[in-house]
Amino acid sequence: MQHKTVYAALLMTGGLLFNSAPAWAIDAGAMLANTCSGCHGTNGSSVGPATPTIAGSSKDTLMEAMKAYADGTRHSTIMNRIAKGYSAVQIEAMADYFSKQTIVRTPQQTDAALAKAGAKLHKDYCEKCHEDNGSKDEDGSSILAGQWMPYLQYSFADFKSGARETPKKMKTKLEEMLKKHGDASVDQLTHFYASQK
Amino acid sequence: MTQVTRRNFIKLAAAAGAAAGTVGFPHIARANTAGGKVVVIGGGAGGATAAKYIKMMDAAIDVTLVEPNEHYYTCFMSNEVLSGDRTIDSIKFGYDGLAKHGVKVVKASADGIDPTAKTVALSDGSSLSYDRLVVSPGIDFKWAAIEGYSAELAEKIPHAWKAGPQTVLLRKQLEDMKDGGVVVISAPADPFRCPPGPYERASQIASYLKKHKPKSKIIILDAKEKFAKQGLFTAGWKELYGFGTENSLIDWHPVSQEGLVKRLDAASMTVYAGELDTAYKGDVVNLIPPQQAGKIAFTAGLTDEKGWCPVDKRTFESKKHPAVYVIGDASSAAQMPKSAYSANSQAKVCAAAIVAALQGKEMVEPAYVNTCYSIVGDDYGISVAGVYRYDAAKNEIASVEGSGGLSPADASAEDKKREVLYAHSWFKNITHDMFN
Repeated sequence: MQHKTVYAALLMTGGLLFNSAPAWAIDAGAMLANTCSGCHGTNGSSVGPATPTIAGSSKDTLMEAMKAYADGTRHSTIMNRIAKGYSAVQIEAMADYFSKQTIVRTPQQTDAALAKAGAKLHKDYCEKCHEDNGSKDEDGSSILAGQWMPYLQYSFADFKSGARETPKKMKTKLEEMLKKHGDASVDQLTHFYASQK
Repeated sequence: MTQVTRRNFIKLAAAAGAAAGTVGFPHIARANTAGGKVVVIGGGAGGATAAKYIKMMDAAIDVTLVEPNEHYYTCFMSNEVLSGDRTIDSIKFGYDGLAKHGVKVVKASADGIDPTAKTVALSDGSSLSYDRLVVSPGIDFKWAAIEGYSAELAEKIPHAWKAGPQTVLLRKQLEDMKDGGVVVISAPADPFRCPPGPYERASQIASYLKKHKPKSKIIILDAKEKFAKQGLFTAGWKELYGFGTENSLIDWHPVSQEGLVKRLDAASMTVYAGELDTAYKGDVVNLIPPQQAGKIAFTAGLTDEKGWCPVDKRTFESKKHPAVYVIGDASSAAQMPKSAYSANSQAKVCAAAIVAALQGKEMVEPAYVNTCYSIVGDDYGISVAGVYRYDAAKNEIASVEGSGGLSPADASAEDKKREVLYAHSWFKNITHDMFN
């Protein structure tokens, strides 16, 4: 019993001291992740206007992205050059770190009418994989909610041109949507996702 | 189960403390009780980041930032002020954000360091003691290298290589210049702050002249035979400013073509350069002198014969004085270039080293990155990136093989446009990372 009490108190003092004077253990993941914040924002939450927020994405999504940049299967302006600088172990450590960070969203100027039209498109074509208005990253869906608009536009453009490989299901849905609603639909979806808080 | 009241909690906590001491929980105990005093000299890219990140890593550490100016104007992105694409206020940053992290900001300059007593003497006559000292003073100019030029004259014939009033002055001179005027820019010898900077500056000024004063000309007088991102810059200049043709907005004179600036005749706005003492008369003259570490680094004996500060590149601890760390432009951090991103990255490595030392822990393996954008013209961005690791055998920050490098020479127009937006994103995010 006595032993138990001391243990409980230990946990408490640890917790309390942590609150009064927080310490952030700088492990390999944190050290590596800190080198990204110059462009992607402190702890991966970008303040814009184009660089994507990477905080809160799933570990798999982040690892996949870095691998695809490194081997050149995913087009980029600069990430192809940067991703080649890390080993698989380092990429995993960074991905693990960012996946545990909470997204801090900076509001963007969006058009309400476009966002409304986008909401309908999202329901009809995207929702099945991009759950909760794109705020969940499941099976590599990435987080679209609150993402920076230029980045969303670039991503759509790259999916369309083939510069970035489109997942099979998405390819079908995207083609269907473009056929029926034209290029304006991309703009509407962009405004919808960007307007999510 | 006993209820934990405030009173018996204190007892329990005491017991826990004792238990921690005997059983040994170094992680919890040390990480939260070590504290210590850190003084940071200089509130620029390196110093601001270091102060903030030390506080983020361990709030128990007492951090004081010593900076004489109320605001910091970033030299990075200041070239866009010269073209008129950006206001001076958009590159102005204060220190309230750091105060929110618990950093004490002292408005004074550091006049001296006593590395034995571990104290810093301040311009207001007071002094600060430290356990660890971060020195991030940026650059100073070798005025003697250009005969007839001085700190006083720079108030009229600006270098604008520290942003602020001189940036505004240079912009005004460009606005006042007649169409058909000549702008002379001198680019210094390596190493210096922001290696692609003089060429981005020429690009941004050319972008302004092309739209408003197309008969004008920019002459770059260079102390070098080649320069950073040269291939990408010259390709951009050809596409946008007629580089290489008779009507080029930009002429570049390397050392071999009378480019090395030797003296200035301020009265006639004439710069003399090269073996033949060739005269270049300008309507606007922008001399960027060769550079060395900021003054306090010299006063404190932190520099080597080259005028920069040698450091252990794993921690940025000075090779001259223990417990003193030098980061940013003033440090000798090869292979990293002297850039804002380098300073920001180095500051985080240094912060981790200091926090680990104060907590009595091993420091994690350091990681470093540099990313540097240049905006050549409208919708025309280029970049260079570097990923580095510590090479203990050489005490070098070595580029990871096969990584980094320049934007592809055959980048599409769309990608050049994206790089401009990413450059602006870089600026917003890195300044937020430093000052907020």
